[in-house]
Amino acid sequence: MKTDDLIGMLSQDAAVGRGYSTILAAAMVAGIAGAALLFAMALPMRSNLMEMMDTPRVAFKFGTAVLLAVSAFGLVGVLGRPGIAGRGWSTALAAMPALILIAIASELAVSPSSDWMALLVGHNAIWCLTFIPMLAAGPLALLLLALRQGAPGNPGLAGAAAGLCASGIASTLYAMHCVDDSPLFVAAWYGLATLGVTVVGFLLGRSLLRW
Amino acid sequence: MRAAIAGDAAAYRRFLEAVTPRLRALARRGCQRSGAPEAEAEDIVQEALLAIHLKRSTWDSARPIGPWISTIVRNKLIDTLRRRGHRISVPIDDVIETLEAAPQSDPLERQDVERLLAGLNPNQQAVVRAISIDGRSVRDTAARLGMAEGTIRVTLHRALKALAAIYRRGDEG
Repeated sequence: MKTDDLIGMLSQDAAVGRGYSTILAAAMVAGIAGAALLFAMALPMRSNLMEMMDTPRVAFKFGTAVLLAVSAFGLVGVLGRPGIAGRGWSTALAAMPALILIAIASELAVSPSSDWMALLVGHNAIWCLTFIPMLAAGPLALLLLALRQGAPGNPGLAGAAAGLCASGIASTLYAMHCVDDSPLFVAAWYGLATLGVTVVGFLLGRSLLRW
Repeated sequence: MRAAIAGDAAAYRRFLEAVTPRLRALARRGCQRSGAPEAEAEDIVQEALLAIHLKRSTWDSARPIGPWISTIVRNKLIDTLRRRGHRISVPIDDVIETLEAAPQSDPLERQDVERLLAGLNPNQQAVVRAISIDGRSVRDTAARLGMAEGTIRVTLHRALKALAAIYRRGDEG
């Protein structure tokens, strides 16, 4: 085909649909709404949620989950656009392991070593591993669909970022039910669930996000 | 490009025509540096044009357009070279044959139109033929094929997406 013919054809298709940012924002809002609905139907809130909110452990649990969702969402936005370096968002994400390590160190410092095992195992590790991926599935699917409208230079990485963001949303919701507040539990089980969702996001991204 | 984003076909055409020489220069340089035949550059130009077209909503109009375009061309260049990497495994006789055949083909028309069209459904083929090869407008094409203008637009858009996929598969497809 002649390049001039191609240009002629492209200019006949000049009308543009919705922008990438609009689609991404819509995917995020719909993903959160869907996951919240699923959560409301499947799980009860813990009874003492409000009064526990300002204890350091619970604050850490929600803080990391929200930070994960927000910074990974920022990264998804950047990774889907060619020619932009998203240093700010990557730095925010990279700060998370440090934050978690500090929380673990504080927990180990304030609790007797005889309790460590009980704190780590908690009450509901299996539920945590079941519900976080379940709650994350919807947001992950929607974010990947939105990313298909973008142009990620590294499809696997973009998929993984979508997985991290979906895990952040799911963890924030699940934390409203879960009564295991120790950073030991959160780092181990929320972390494991997040890792699983992120790997799925990476694999799906690698095959679905090529353009 | 900003006018083009708003749907101005003439402005969009001017933008694409203005950017093509630069795409060609980038693609040729990339081919030279990696030892790929220069004839391959025009395929990369066309793939990049299709990508710019289909992904233009990812350009943030508050930013300069240069880095956005360069990144798209670089990605397409890497894709193409990677595909070439697959082809290195073919027997040497075949390679000699392609090497000898390459200079004879028109560098502006390396991708065979018929082969590209074969990947589209009949409606898409008719629309692409009318608009690209006969140079008709959407309105003309609609009248000639007895279809609504909106239908032609949708068909054209889907055909362009399908073409991008055909390019992406390259010689493997």
